[in-house]
Formats: sequence, C-alpha cells, structure tokens
Amino acid sequence: MSETLTYWIVIIGILFVLLNVAALLIWVERRMLALWQDRLGPNRAGPLGLFIVLADTLKLFFKEDWTPPFADRNVFVMAPAVVVICVLLSFAVIPFAPNIQIVDLNIGLLFFLGMSSLGVYSIVLGGWASNNKYSLLGALRGASQMISYEVFMALSLMGVVMLTGSFSLHAIVEAQKNCWFILLQPVGFVIFFIAGIAETHRLPFDIPEAESELVAGFHSEYSGMKFGMFFIGEYLGITLISAITVALFFGGWLGPAFLPPIVWFIIKTTGFILFFILLRASLPRPRYDQLMEYGWKVLLPLSLLNLLVTGGIILLLNQP
Amino acid sequence: MISLIRSIWLTFLHLFHKKETIQYPEEKVQLKPRYRGRIVLTRDPDGGERCVGCYLCAAACPVDCIALQATENEEGRRYPEFFRINFSRCIFCGFCEEACPTYAIQLIPDFEMAEYVRQNLVYEKEDLLINSQGKYPGYNYYKVAGLDAGVKGKGEGENEEPPIDRHSLLP
Repeated sequence: MSETLTYWIVIIGILFVLLNVAALLIWVERRMLALWQDRLGPNRAGPLGLFIVLADTLKLFFKEDWTPPFADRNVFVMAPAVVVICVLLSFAVIPFAPNIQIVDLNIGLLFFLGMSSLGVYSIVLGGWASNNKYSLLGALRGASQMISYEVFMALSLMGVVMLTGSFSLHAIVEAQKNCWFILLQPVGFVIFFIAGIAETHRLPFDIPEAESELVAGFHSEYSGMKFGMFFIGEYLGITLISAITVALFFGGWLGPAFLPPIVWFIIKTTGFILFFILLRASLPRPRYDQLMEYGWKVLLPLSLLNLLVTGGIILLLNQP
Repeated sequence: MISLIRSIWLTFLHLFHKKETIQYPEEKVQLKPRYRGRIVLTRDPDGGERCVGCYLCAAACPVDCIALQATENEEGRRYPEFFRINFSRCIFCGFCEEACPTYAIQLIPDFEMAEYVRQNLVYEKEDLLINSQGKYPGYNYYKVAGLDAGVKGKGEGENEEPPIDRHSLLP
C-alpha cells in the first residue's frame, strides 16, 4: 500500500513540476532571448514579469478553438495530444535522483528513443489533417527530419550503452560515478545533442515550423488550446532532451555532496535548457536540403565511426 | 563549425551588454528639438495669431488631415475662422510646417497624445493654438508684410521704404 502511495506521489509530483516548468519556460525563453538581443523582455506583469505565464495560459484557454471545416476533424483534434503524451511518457524513465524515478526499465533508453520517435506522428498527422499546403509541407519536412535524425540519435548513444553495459538510465548514471561520459564520449554527446535539437524541432532546426517560409508550418491551422498543446509539447521536449543529455553524459544527479542530488540534476538541466534558448538567439535556420545533407553525409558516418572506435577501445581494454 | 560556435559565444556575451530598452512610462525618451510630433499653431511676439489662413498647409498635407476656413477682421488681418487637424489621420510628415509661409504651424517634440475615443483626436483651433512663438522667436509676419492689417502702417515695416507718390515722379 505505502509503496503504491509513494509511486503516486512521485508520478503526480513529476507531472506537476514538469507542466509548471513547461509553463515557466514561456517566461524564461522570452526573458533570456530578450537579454541576448540587448532588450529586457517581459517585465511588467507581476514580479520580474512572471505573471506573463498566467496571462499567456489564460489567453490560450480563452482563444477561439477553431477547427477548419476542410480539416480531418478527428485526426486534427488528436494530433496535438500525441506530442504531449509521448514526451510526458518519456519522462517516466528519466532518473531525476537516486530515488525519484517513476520506473527503472531495463530498456529505459530504448523506451525514450521509441517515445520521442512517436512524437513525429503529432507533426505528420497534424500537418496532414490540416489539409493546408503549408501544413503539409511542414509535416513532410518534419517527418523526413525526424526519421533521418532519429537514426544517428540512437547510434550516438550506443557508445554510452557499451560503456555501461545496460540500457537502464539508472545504471547509466551510476556508471558515471568516476568519470562523466562527456569525457569518454565527446563526439557522441555532440551528435546526440544536435539530433536532440532536431528532434524537438527547435531553432536552428525548426524547419517543420519555419515561420518565415511556411506561415507556421504544421500547426498553421491550430488555435487555442490545441496550439497550446504543441507549444507545451515543444517546451516539454526541450526539458526532456536537456534532462536526458544530463543523465547520459553529465552524470545525472551526481555532484559534490553539499547539494542534494535532485538539485544537481535541476541545475544541469537548466543549463541545457538555457543553451537551447541561446541557440535560438544565435543561429540561423539551415536550408532543408542542407539539413538533410548534414545529417546523412556528416553526422551519420561520424556516429558510426564513433561507435566503431568506442567498441574497439572497449575490446582492447577488456582483453585478458 | 567554428563560426557557429563563435556566433553562439558572441550572442552569449550580449547578456552583459547594456540594454537598449527604455522603460517608457517611467523613463522618457530623449527627443531631439526638431522631432516631429504634435502640431501647434504659434503666435507672433505681440500675441497675435501667426496663421493667415493661406491654405498652403492643407494643400501640402498628403493625408488631407488639415481643414480650415480663412476670414478677415475689420482691419484686414487674415486669420483662420476654424482650424481643425485630425490627428487620427496625421502622419507627422512635417510638410505643413515646410509649406507655412508665416511659421505659424509647427511640429513639436511631443507624441503622448493617445486617446480612448477616436473623436478626441480631432483638434480644434483652441487646442492647437499655443501662447508661444515656437521655433522662430521674434518673427512677426505682419511686420514684414507690405500690407496694412492694423499691425503697422503701410511702408513702416522693418525692410520697407515709405510708399512713394508716383505722381510726384512724373517729369
């Protein structure tokens, strides 16, 4: 009984924190973007402008929730939910602290990869159901981007898996006690992070959205809370990729003992979230074909090479 | 790749730069003296209206926001009977100021004229007329005009000779 209760508390607590973090990121992103562009950003509503989160959420709730008459209604309504569900499910395997993890699957990493791949259905179905050429183009780009970046996202992580000998994220963090994997797998980290940006379709890889070319890409026809779902899904995606990067390469909750493990995890994750925003502030969007070329011709061979070298070194060191 | 990292780093450094934002209601913008804001009608040094109702401002106005009707007082001095500027149309181009031959109409550095009711943006003559000479102190059109309109007699102006009786020049 008490074990069930603990599970419930952990699940509800994580859900609560995550949704609040996603909402708070609205403010964080606007403030940080502004600071990096020599502006101040929203600072009027409430202390430091924090109430803009409230205002924005209320605005989304009260906007007209319009479904275009030419859209495929059922799919149109379902699509925004998919991205949020997939991302939230992925958080189930993230080890926030030694005792705060919803489920420690022995295939945790594969579960994460699977869930983040399912997220692409949201884009494809949303763009397809909108029955709008811009949405369709966005969905098309989203699909091909996700598929091509999915490949070496997984491949770049295999080095970590080889070093740990397990797919369990808890075990992966534990294995970094002596040395964070960023030092052993720097190439893997860079490739994974680039793929992660593409996976969350954030700038500079936001070509499914590409507001300067495709109106708003796959969510051109969405309004109200359905758009809000895509919005929250994106911020949750950032948090997810940041958290998983921390868990895989930056020692998760590990850190000097003067702070509790969860605080270390949060600090590291926040750093990566801010880096995501910094990327948005600094880099231009590549052309669609450039993105594909970069993925297949540079990152895929590089991740394969990384895999080969890592495997070779492990074999060499483990020789009797 | 190096250039990408460099641009990320340079963007990051902007965190510590001075911010461009002016926190407007608390912190005012420093406007230049020749800033083109609200339109006013100025007066000459004697306190009379400078405007002579020549309609040049209304003709120059690209958005037709100026309306006026000229009239004369009993001494023959022209002045506008009404002078109306619709600021919801005005684009603050300053063409009226350039067109004005008597320096009457001027644009001043003031832009805080927002209203809740659109009709309140239509300024009448009493709203436009100010008790000041504006940018050209000391200028009095009727002192230099060759016309007697109660300000000075004919030929008594600043750059004027007294009128000559042409009949006396006859051989």
